Amino acid sequence: MLKSLTQHRLSGLALLAIIILLVPAFLNNPFQYDMATLVLIYATTVVGLNLLVGYAGQISLGHAGFFGMGAYFSAVMTSRFDWSPVPTLILGAALVGLVAYIVGRPILRLKGYYLGMATLAMGFIIYITLNNEGWLTGGPDGMPVPGLSIFGWELSTFNTYSFLGMEISGSLAWYWLMGVMLILGVWIAQNLIDSPIGRALRSVHGSEVAASVVGVDTPKFKNLVFVVSAIYASLMGSLYAHFQGFITPESAGFMESIIFVTMVVLGGMGSTLGVIFGAALLTLLPQLLADFHDYEMMMFGLILMLTMIFMPKGLLPTTQAFIRKKLHKKAEDKA
Amino acid sequence: MSKKLLRRGGLLAATLAAGIFSGAQAADPIKIGSFLSVTGPASFLGDPELKTLRMYVDKINEEGGVLGRPLELVHYDDEGNASNARNYASRLVRADRVDIIVGGSTTGATMAAVPLIEQSRTPFISLAGAVVITDPVKPWVFKTPQSDRLAAERVMQDMQERGITKIGLISGTGGFGRSGREQTQQVAEAMGIQILEDVTYSPSDTDMTAQLTRIRNNQDIEAVFNFGFGQSPAIVTRNFAQLGIDRPFYQSHGVASNSFLDLAGSAAEGLRLPASPILVPDSLADDDPQKTIVQAYVDAYEARWNESVSTFGGYAYDGLMLAVAAIEEAGSTDREAVRQALENIQGHVGVTGIFNMSPNDHNGLAADSFRILEVVDGGWKLIE
Repeated sequence: MLKSLTQHRLSGLALLAIIILLVPAFLNNPFQYDMATLVLIYATTVVGLNLLVGYAGQISLGHAGFFGMGAYFSAVMTSRFDWSPVPTLILGAALVGLVAYIVGRPILRLKGYYLGMATLAMGFIIYITLNNEGWLTGGPDGMPVPGLSIFGWELSTFNTYSFLGMEISGSLAWYWLMGVMLILGVWIAQNLIDSPIGRALRSVHGSEVAASVVGVDTPKFKNLVFVVSAIYASLMGSLYAHFQGFITPESAGFMESIIFVTMVVLGGMGSTLGVIFGAALLTLLPQLLADFHDYEMMMFGLILMLTMIFMPKGLLPTTQAFIRKKLHKKAEDKA
Repeated sequence: MSKKLLRRGGLLAATLAAGIFSGAQAADPIKIGSFLSVTGPASFLGDPELKTLRMYVDKINEEGGVLGRPLELVHYDDEGNASNARNYASRLVRADRVDIIVGGSTTGATMAAVPLIEQSRTPFISLAGAVVITDPVKPWVFKTPQSDRLAAERVMQDMQERGITKIGLISGTGGFGRSGREQTQQVAEAMGIQILEDVTYSPSDTDMTAQLTRIRNNQDIEAVFNFGFGQSPAIVTRNFAQLGIDRPFYQSHGVASNSFLDLAGSAAEGLRLPASPILVPDSLADDDPQKTIVQAYVDAYEARWNESVSTFGGYAYDGLMLAVAAIEEAGSTDREAVRQALENIQGHVGVTGIFNMSPNDHNGLAADSFRILEVVDGGWKLIE
């Protein structure tokens, strides 16, 4: 049963949906919902980033830049120009996609370290712009963001809502909303991966030269996946801004980009469920370690280091391989 | 590894759950929540603040607590990161259910937590400087440091007394310098002081000779004012001396600490800055209302931690004492009652100044709470 479950294309999605449905049973205060919602936001972002890093094999050290652009577009437009949040975040994602398309065209020709440098520089440009245009973005001290509202109906973590006759708290509502976003995000990513585009991307990952020899338009596909992952980041950035109620340029900063990449690498490049796990781990770890404040950074580093040494493929793929090996052995013993 | 983590998570969940179910009983501790930048780039703020809070929470508990209940300090380190600050604030109000929050070392950290704290209706005393925190007034947010606007006012008041009307302004492009620059421009206009040169530097710059040369070459400039934070003001001071600019030089309250004197060395001779009286407890007049309280704080801090006191720890002292005063006045930890008590605090003598809160002023300090200090022989001298 476990075997058939791990093999079907959408079985991961079903598993994920079950986990998202079950998690609230273990949460017992709004703060934990808060953290769970943040995990979902970051998870959806890195599911998008994983398409680029895990499947197409291209590095981006500036992805928080797209996240921050989405966040600031929503923040500025809704607070200074009174735009409605939902159309704003969609328009923001479209604009960020366009920016990614224009930027991606030249820089995705670069490989390895050079691509890393170029994306890093792009992230820095966005970060510095957000810092310096204080009249618009509030500068380094950040700016407040209005709540997420549709037709004057605001989704706040401090309200309660009745939905189909049930009373649900705002924290729970946010959790469900982001849970649906994650499932949608994974569904789109899975379909993309299993389409001809996905096969083309994996061939680029394997060998770009070989891919172009057999007729794959490598620049086109690389740029496409770059744009898609930027749109994921922008949408999640916008939702993050509304959820947090306040943003600073740090959310577009270099450290944030590194954290995104770490989530992908730690969870398991090319494994959608793996990167979600990575996102959960990296979001929750600082909270779990808060009791040891003096050693927090040390433990954080130690955990990352040990995982990379003993589980170089990432947490989930290594565990999966381990279970598969065990099952295989059991089957052999029986035979 | 992950098993251990799960166990750790389970333990955390259990502690959190226990916190909720214990409910409120008579001898329950009063929970004071705090998030400070104890590590990271703003650690020079957060570290003395946390030390001060710990020391005085212990002291108050030894003396029998507040309203017969002990105080409990719940603290998290936000590492100077605004989104961490927001998440820890969420934890304080939602999981730990603290009665009042004293914290927020930087303006960024404070402002990131404000929307959430406002919605959760928890009284919050911030320890950060910028004027945006309490202007416009937010019902649940208070702060203890003087605003940058007051610093600009105090400096220009001193300039006017010396007959200076044309100045050069140099400021950092970080959050502190930027906000300070805006406030200085506004105050200068209101007080009829002309800013003839207005130059900036990035907090990571290691040489400001170019900017200062521009100021030096403008012969009409009568004094120079620097608004910056961290290491940069010390570099500005050294460059200022190297260029031999023979005009009065002012720094902001952002460098009011003894470590600035060590960094700037003899170049700092003769410069003036606005500061809390905490740096010069011995020079205060005996009839100064702040004298005893400042002296007691400085002695206690230096005895306990064996390091010299800084202005920033004083903000935390005032924050905690205001919180305690408000809870005593309210007679309970009822949030609305505490908030109103905070808003009505009058004549509360702190180490930073004398607080007179009102519904329109959640800072409660006037420009004269800043003393003008001059660097003389490598030490601070109070200018009366």
